[in-house]
Amino acid sequence: MSEPFQVLTSKTVTLSQANIDTDQIIPARFLTTTTREGLGKAAFHDWRYEEDGSEKPEAILNRIDPGEHRILLAGKNFACGSSREHAPWALLDYGFKAVISTEIADIFTSNALKNGLLPIVVSQAVWDDLASQPDQPVTIDLQANQIQRGNAEPVSFGVESFARQCLLDGVDTLGWLQANMPEIEAYERSRETV
Amino acid sequence: MPDPKTLFDKVWDAHVVRTETADTPGVLYIDLHLVHEVTSPQAFSDIEARGLKVRRPDRTYATLDHSTPTLPAGVNGLKPYVTAQAEAQVHTLERNCAAHGVPLAGWDSDDRGVVHVMGPELGLTQPGMTVVCGDSHTATHGAFGALAFGIGTSEVGHVLATQCLLQRKAKAMRVTVTGELQRGVSGKDVALAVIAAIGFGGGTGYVIEYAGDAVRALDMEGRMTLCNMSIEAGARAGMIAPDQTTIDWLRGRKHVPVDYEAATAEWLKLSSDPGAVFDNEVMIDGAAIQPMATWGTTPDAGAPIGSPVPQPQSDSDRKAIAYMGFTAGEATTSQPVDVVFIGSCTNGRLPDLRVAAEVLRGRKVKPGLRMLVVPGSEAVRRDAEAEGLDQVFIAAGAEWRIPGCSMCIAMNGDFVSPGQLAVSTSNRNFEGRQGKDARTILASPATAAATAVAGVLTDPRVYLNEVEHV
Ligand code: SF4
Repeated sequence: MSEPFQVLTSKTVTLSQANIDTDQIIPARFLTTTTREGLGKAAFHDWRYEEDGSEKPEAILNRIDPGEHRILLAGKNFACGSSREHAPWALLDYGFKAVISTEIADIFTSNALKNGLLPIVVSQAVWDDLASQPDQPVTIDLQANQIQRGNAEPVSFGVESFARQCLLDGVDTLGWLQANMPEIEAYERSRETV
Repeated sequence: MPDPKTLFDKVWDAHVVRTETADTPGVLYIDLHLVHEVTSPQAFSDIEARGLKVRRPDRTYATLDHSTPTLPAGVNGLKPYVTAQAEAQVHTLERNCAAHGVPLAGWDSDDRGVVHVMGPELGLTQPGMTVVCGDSHTATHGAFGALAFGIGTSEVGHVLATQCLLQRKAKAMRVTVTGELQRGVSGKDVALAVIAAIGFGGGTGYVIEYAGDAVRALDMEGRMTLCNMSIEAGARAGMIAPDQTTIDWLRGRKHVPVDYEAATAEWLKLSSDPGAVFDNEVMIDGAAIQPMATWGTTPDAGAPIGSPVPQPQSDSDRKAIAYMGFTAGEATTSQPVDVVFIGSCTNGRLPDLRVAAEVLRGRKVKPGLRMLVVPGSEAVRRDAEAEGLDQVFIAAGAEWRIPGCSMCIAMNGDFVSPGQLAVSTSNRNFEGRQGKDARTILASPATAAATAVAGVLTDPRVYLNEVEHV
């Protein structure tokens, strides 16, 4: 069940590389966990840590205060690759609440929305503009479907309508699905008696 | 006349429990849910926290593959798990399956295998089904004309609890590969050529149907390899219409319908109608496809073996070429290769091992190069050993292991060391995929075997042709 998401105001942090795959977001050797918790340390692990476990001082994610940078501005085709839901779990635990890119992989989008991490797709022009002003706070208003920053014109974005409603209201998707049980049972009867 | 439908439309329509609207996604029924140890523990916890049971254990089937060791138990009887956490994860799945009555192809089962090798082999996967698994290479099962796609762990919980998923219908793309493939060109080479053509992400939002003479001529294993890598173009699923090849391959398998002839009559109706409209069409000349290998760190960075590394078009290209230690304009065939891996749900099936053994028979793996051969399932292992393929690999100097994902995902203790260059039959060449700072070239089993002999990336036709002339 995801936490409700309505309005978020935060600075952004930019990882401009294209095709950041979920193996980068959380390497496979951290997938032997049986819970969702505590994966923030594994987020972008190999970008952030040396072989001996010491922090790489040059890594941007080690230089920022995650509490102040809740929005990840990422290069094209973000979170492609493996379907691991550990990717949004790790990003959330690190501190991110939203990801903005010009293209975001399908399975990740679905996984992120189910966990309260908002994936937003914008045009290249908007992306470039956001990237050019990293310290300017950005407001993501999910109710209004808008990104606002400074004096600039607000930018509209689209989120799949049901997922959006679930985020706004904190709706429990599994509960919603279960409410369809009579139809599911009827479907099964119709097929399994033929 | 009803509107002509695509194969995808037909399978989708047959599984809609509740139609999608502008406000709500559709409810899609799932025929087969495959489960493994890595993406399921939190899903079982989710449903248990609500006091729910697995609703259709008869439509659920589990295996152990990702974090399992590929070396046998030691003399003390202990399995060489990479960490206590990996072992705990396996035990968690064993407990969850026992508690919920889910069949598990566990350590003692003759059926155990990498999830996408095992499902088809047991006849669990059938044409026209919806198949899901918490794994992006679930598209493999589309080779049988099933709609098969990867899901996240929350969705695994949804299917466990309801046998359904909330879904919006994807767009349809048809990739037609015409002509006849050259000798030495396999399903893997077709997959790498298709991904190079569409681009990494070019299939995002689509289900791909593969068609054309070159696809029809592939055996089921080649079709599975092709569908398997659909996700590497961004597509969630890949499908191929069932035909006589499909029916012959599935006949006699453990879980196929009792009245097989009646089932096959239905299956053969599963093809795109003439005139069916696709949102996107891509044509590829199959006769022009050469043995392929990747030069970068995304699966679309593939080119015929021996061609020069292209000039970078972007910062990402520059970074990828630097990571790989290559130079733009130079071929990748001169760099010494440290590791060759044959296995995975992409290329760990019997014909993959046969062609690799054909190349290796009577030859030796280059001294200093490590070659690991990991069968995709216990059945593949049995068949390969019955044919003596294991002896060919061992005689050549390769390691012959027990089934698992192994170096494809490198989470079980099998990995490529930092800086080493690997030629791998798996599906992802991402930075660090096969181990921290490991460098991966993706290629076919024949290419991998030829590379193991030569010590550098090598076009397999050099060796395959020799075999033909003896
Ligand atoms: S072999 Fe690789 S791609 Fe296939 S299921 Fe295992 S980890 Fe996933």
